[in-house]
Amino acid sequence: MTGDPDTSQDNLQDIRLGHADRGFVGKIIRLDALVTGSSLSPQELEQRLVEMGFVEGARVEILHEGTIRRDPIAVRVDNITIALRRSEAMAVIVE
Amino acid sequence: MTTASLRLALVGAPNTGKTSLFNSLTGSRQKVANYPGVTVERKSGGFVTPEGRSVTVLDLPGTYSLRGRSPDEEITRDIVLGRFDGEAVPDLMLCVADATNLRLTLRLVLELKRVGRPMMLVLNMIDIAKRRGVTIDLDRMSQELGLPIVTSVAVRKGGVDELLKRTDEFLAKSHEAAASEWTTPTIADLKAAQREADRIIAAVVTLPTKPDTLTNRIDSVVLHPVWGLVILAVILFVMFQAVFTWAQPAMELLSDGFAALGQLIHDLLPASWGLLQSFLQNGLISGVGSVIVFLPQIIIIFLFILLLEDFGYMARAAFLMDRIMGGAGLHGRAFIPLLSSFACAIPGIMATRVIDNRRDRLTTILIAPLMTCSARIPVYTLIISAFVPATTLWGFVNLQGLVMFGLYAAGITSALTVSAIAKFFLWRDHAPAPFMLELPDYKMPRLKSIAIGVFTRAKMFLYRAGTTILSMMVLIWFLASFPQAPAGAEGPAINYSFAAMIGHALEPLLRPIGFNWQIAVALIPGMAAREVAVAALGTVYSIEGGKEAADAIGQVLAQKWTLATALSLLVWYIFAPQCASTLAVIRRETGGAKWMVVTFLYMLALAYVASFLTFNLAQALGLH
Repeated sequence: MTGDPDTSQDNLQDIRLGHADRGFVGKIIRLDALVTGSSLSPQELEQRLVEMGFVEGARVEILHEGTIRRDPIAVRVDNITIALRRSEAMAVIVE
Repeated sequence: MTTASLRLALVGAPNTGKTSLFNSLTGSRQKVANYPGVTVERKSGGFVTPEGRSVTVLDLPGTYSLRGRSPDEEITRDIVLGRFDGEAVPDLMLCVADATNLRLTLRLVLELKRVGRPMMLVLNMIDIAKRRGVTIDLDRMSQELGLPIVTSVAVRKGGVDELLKRTDEFLAKSHEAAASEWTTPTIADLKAAQREADRIIAAVVTLPTKPDTLTNRIDSVVLHPVWGLVILAVILFVMFQAVFTWAQPAMELLSDGFAALGQLIHDLLPASWGLLQSFLQNGLISGVGSVIVFLPQIIIIFLFILLLEDFGYMARAAFLMDRIMGGAGLHGRAFIPLLSSFACAIPGIMATRVIDNRRDRLTTILIAPLMTCSARIPVYTLIISAFVPATTLWGFVNLQGLVMFGLYAAGITSALTVSAIAKFFLWRDHAPAPFMLELPDYKMPRLKSIAIGVFTRAKMFLYRAGTTILSMMVLIWFLASFPQAPAGAEGPAINYSFAAMIGHALEPLLRPIGFNWQIAVALIPGMAAREVAVAALGTVYSIEGGKEAADAIGQVLAQKWTLATALSLLVWYIFAPQCASTLAVIRRETGGAKWMVVTFLYMLALAYVASFLTFNLAQALGLH
């Protein structure tokens, strides 16, 4: 069952990057900063993610995880590596 | 701003080698100061082009965009837009990019272009890009961006020659700035700019078929959940060893040197000039000397910090520690500054500049003095060896060592507690800063750049020792020397001074925590540097002699104090706020007296309460 791409509901194959495990490889579909555990406002969080290169179509791979609760994560975004907390990575929808 | 020389400004994202380019352009002709009213470092320098034109360079704080979301980034934005008071608009902006990693910088370039000022793109680290098989069509890129492009290898001799040549060419022509079209970018703007940057990269950059895997291979060990922490612990251990053992000979040399200098001056002056003698020897030379003695430790700490930073490890340490420190409301980046504070809070507080969020930085500055600095060690050793028996527990634990360890642990625990409390009460309404940072590829540290960095820090430290700290020392000497003892008076001269008066006046306040007036008197010169209190106790109890006297002081103290008093003084020193130099640095780094007063008062309160509890508990247990 694949959802209508126009609805805001998550597609079944869509995963929030904050939930993904180490070794995950995927592509960014969109950013959705409305429901995350981050302290930043959705707009501010989205802006910062874009500034760090998290844009639609970018290839992402989770390279490393922290010791406690596997947080934070080190993510390869195209050809740069960004470290961020899982709560902020929740805003990145990947497939 | 009537300087005739050309003003250059370096702009760029973090980790693009901007600072090493700055170092390589200006060498040691650098000035580090603060921008007025803020704690942001202003780095400027100068050089002369091959054709003899003099150029001043400003190294602007690194930023990913001109949005200005931190004080540093606001400075960059305001200077670039020419609306920063007291800072002239740069004549030419050099946008520095890491040639191996163009994505984020190119978006910044597109944003900067909208400002309309003369600009040149510098592709730095072009040697690494070539070695990795990255090829860049420079002509096409220059066309696409509408900007002149130069390549540079900031770390190699001659690596900036082309940049110098092009600067001369630029100067030969006249340039006019176009009107600024810059507006704060929206998310849509940012995305559009990123797409445009990606399009240009796709058109002009050919990536190697085999990507660089060295960084990834190193990271798979260094960022490993278990091995990563082990490696971090080993690095810290080596750093500690270095700070405490390597610095020792140099510190002893300095301290002996100052003592000899003081003695020399003492001997050179006629005895009838006793006051001047005392001022020069005890006030000026021993006062400033007691601070300069820490220079070797400061140099070693900054050598380590800059090496690790340059190598690319600092961001990894922050990654490893973020969650662990987060429990106490601290940012991952607070880790290294706090660690440095074990040597001395001064470099620790100076190193908090790596924390970009102001609140996180203030919390770190606030708790840094709670880390057991090396100046407390002489006090601790004196009291422990005098009062704690050197018995062995459970067959292998030395009781004295255990108490020492306990004092360190108490310092760390209280620091974390204060941070958690500060987070709860002071910043409750503020959300914690997110942790989002680039993990740059590993690079070989550039020795010249590091040498310049260490030199700059050492210079700042010495400058401060020569100004703020010096004036504090003179004041403290004055208090301890005036009024002078009457002729034929008995007992040490300090007993007749203002310091003794203050000591006597403070005694009623300090009696509940078990301090007598002699301790109160010793605490006053201890303001200069904590370990001076040891010598002051010696003076008050009329013990003659230099370092060898430490044992004698211990013997006297063991007779004159109860164990309860000794324990109370130990606990006092865990928190002891009296370090004039630390307070001066806090004032300088936070840009005002407010946080200096806050630090002083909260540490004083903690010290008093903790000593009060310790003293009364010890007495109740009958430890006399």
